[in-house]
Amino acid sequence: MTDAITPHTARRGFPYRIRFEKRLKEPPRWYPVLVSLGAVLVALLFGGILIAWAGGDPIASYKHIGRASFGNLGVFSDTIVKATPLIFVGLACSVAFRMRLWNIGAEGQFFLGAFGASAVVLIPLLPPETSPWIFIPTMMLAGIAAGALWGFIPGFLKARYNVNEVISTLMLNYIAVAWNNFFIFAVWSEGGFQMSPMFPKTAWLPRLADYAKQYPIFRGLTSHLGFIIAIITAVIVWFVLYRSRWGYEIRLIGDNPEAARYAGINIARNTILVMMFSGGLAGLAGMSEITGVVHRLQGAISPGYGFTGIIIAWLAKLNPFAVIPVSILFGALILAGREIQPSGIPKMIQGIILVCLIASDFLIRYRIRIDRQVEEA
Amino acid sequence: MDLIIILQAGVASGTVLLFATIGEIFAERSGVMNLGVEGMMLLGAMSAFSVAVSTGNPWLGLLVAMLAAGLLSQIHAFITITLQADQVVSGLALTFLGTGISLVLGEGLSKAGAISLLPNFSIPLLTKIPLIGPIFFTNQSIMVYIGYLFVPLSWYYINRTRPGMHLRAVGEHPAAADTLGINVYGTRYFYVFVGGVLAGLAGATISLAISPGWFSELTTAGQGWIAVGLVIFAQWDPVRAMFGSYAFGALRRLILDIQGPLTLFGFSNPFYYNPYWGFFLQMLPYAFTIIVLVIGSREAVRKRLGAPAALGLPYIRGERGL
Repeated sequence: MTDAITPHTARRGFPYRIRFEKRLKEPPRWYPVLVSLGAVLVALLFGGILIAWAGGDPIASYKHIGRASFGNLGVFSDTIVKATPLIFVGLACSVAFRMRLWNIGAEGQFFLGAFGASAVVLIPLLPPETSPWIFIPTMMLAGIAAGALWGFIPGFLKARYNVNEVISTLMLNYIAVAWNNFFIFAVWSEGGFQMSPMFPKTAWLPRLADYAKQYPIFRGLTSHLGFIIAIITAVIVWFVLYRSRWGYEIRLIGDNPEAARYAGINIARNTILVMMFSGGLAGLAGMSEITGVVHRLQGAISPGYGFTGIIIAWLAKLNPFAVIPVSILFGALILAGREIQPSGIPKMIQGIILVCLIASDFLIRYRIRIDRQVEEA
Repeated sequence: MDLIIILQAGVASGTVLLFATIGEIFAERSGVMNLGVEGMMLLGAMSAFSVAVSTGNPWLGLLVAMLAAGLLSQIHAFITITLQADQVVSGLALTFLGTGISLVLGEGLSKAGAISLLPNFSIPLLTKIPLIGPIFFTNQSIMVYIGYLFVPLSWYYINRTRPGMHLRAVGEHPAAADTLGINVYGTRYFYVFVGGVLAGLAGATISLAISPGWFSELTTAGQGWIAVGLVIFAQWDPVRAMFGSYAFGALRRLILDIQGPLTLFGFSNPFYYNPYWGFFLQMLPYAFTIIVLVIGSREAVRKRLGAPAALGLPYIRGERGL
């Protein structure tokens, strides 16, 4: 009799009830890591299904990615080369995202950083026989300045006119590419080719291979000083974010802008400064790539590093130290992905990873409770 | 460089932006910002072209494009509506995902030969109207004409019909809409789907009509992002979206044509003699998008217009807030 009005009958035949409950206390520290790892595994599974659907062999593809990036010291060194710009852009995105500023323009800031560093050599601001001890710091500063300028524009527009920074930074990416192309094609073109002349050796970041005479094991290794600079930068960014007053302001604005405003923090000013900080970091990535890898300004210097930086920042949970290992993993994906057919696979896998990561955040904010329905007698 | 041709071609290429922008207006009016337009457009362009190549039927391609992009949009809907994740990041992820899938499945498609496209035709009588006729009604793609009908229909739907009122209610005050018995979650899922379908339509309009073919990421070349910017300029109004879209379409065509002639207004054409200045012309649509955003947000402040109040916020039943 009463059975008809009890809520249990609504789901007869399904003995469990699934509920989502908001977590009231922070989950243990290992839990988010586990959830993220799970999300990446699920993403690789989905990616495999799509690869198979597109006519590829998922297992062979993944095996190839592993072998071609971690298989021996030589390829691992190449992985580090790819990871170096990713660390910088990952840090750039982490800083901006921490304040909930969506800087999607790391790609453009990367290009501007490459442009700024090249300008030092190609204008030239410094003669080619300058000591590397002066050359490289000058190029770093120029790269940071150019990237920071490219971050200033959307920061200012956001602070002054409330212009959505997602769209403005994205538009500036396209503008940066056209800007660089103009200089590659028209101004600094070498003999009509779409690239600038080679930089003098004094403007190259030293590579491991340069020391092969003293240490034969380094022969042929292309990892360059940029990696060390990237790690030092990660430490600096961590210190700024978590141990400085400014970092506290950034984090407070990100967590609760209302509270920050009541505390007298100038949000407009911080918007501009954080965008410049973020842009400068991405600019450093461009500088490191130009002086450490290609040694000239040319097109196609980035397989979308700036966008991969977004995913890296998210996977690293905006933690500057976590950015380093995550960047190495994505460096592997980009390095090995160049040889996989179809060629869009690395991009697709990155997309799937980001989707799965965002979805998995739900498991950190909520608990799933599955209760067994008790059949009433 | 003929002004009539530029405007005629501008309306054609603006139609792409028109569909994508109005699609995003529908989604945002329900409170969900979907930054995945670029990815959905690419998926639409790729699947439309791919199906048209393999079946020889562009209409089937159009249909598949709309469904594919609509399905893709539901990932965003699930993540932001049900899982309540941040709409900005999820939309970005959707663009990455759509771009990646399109590149993988579109591999080799750029080498496909000529296919049958959606038809172009003129409207008798209307072509005779001076100025208007040659620009709007002469030798345009059928998608352009659909666009003409689409603008007033979607304006009427949003502002004058009952489901349109529900749509606005859900975007402005979901809790109030919920107490009136409107299904907030269902409504949002539906309009995110509508936005996806229209983005797919926009993509198919590129690859089957306006600039036929598959050129990987260059097929859309950031038009999905321009569409997202136009939504703000349009203040979430389809009619204003139309003006913005056609203006951007004309700008694209102008950039192509301005480099052709030897003289401009009686002066020697600098863009002809310095072809590399074309790179600065290429920047214009993107720079204009930023300018348009500044104009849009200043106007919003002045006229007290603005985004749907609940835009970007997840609705959690039983919690305080909007």
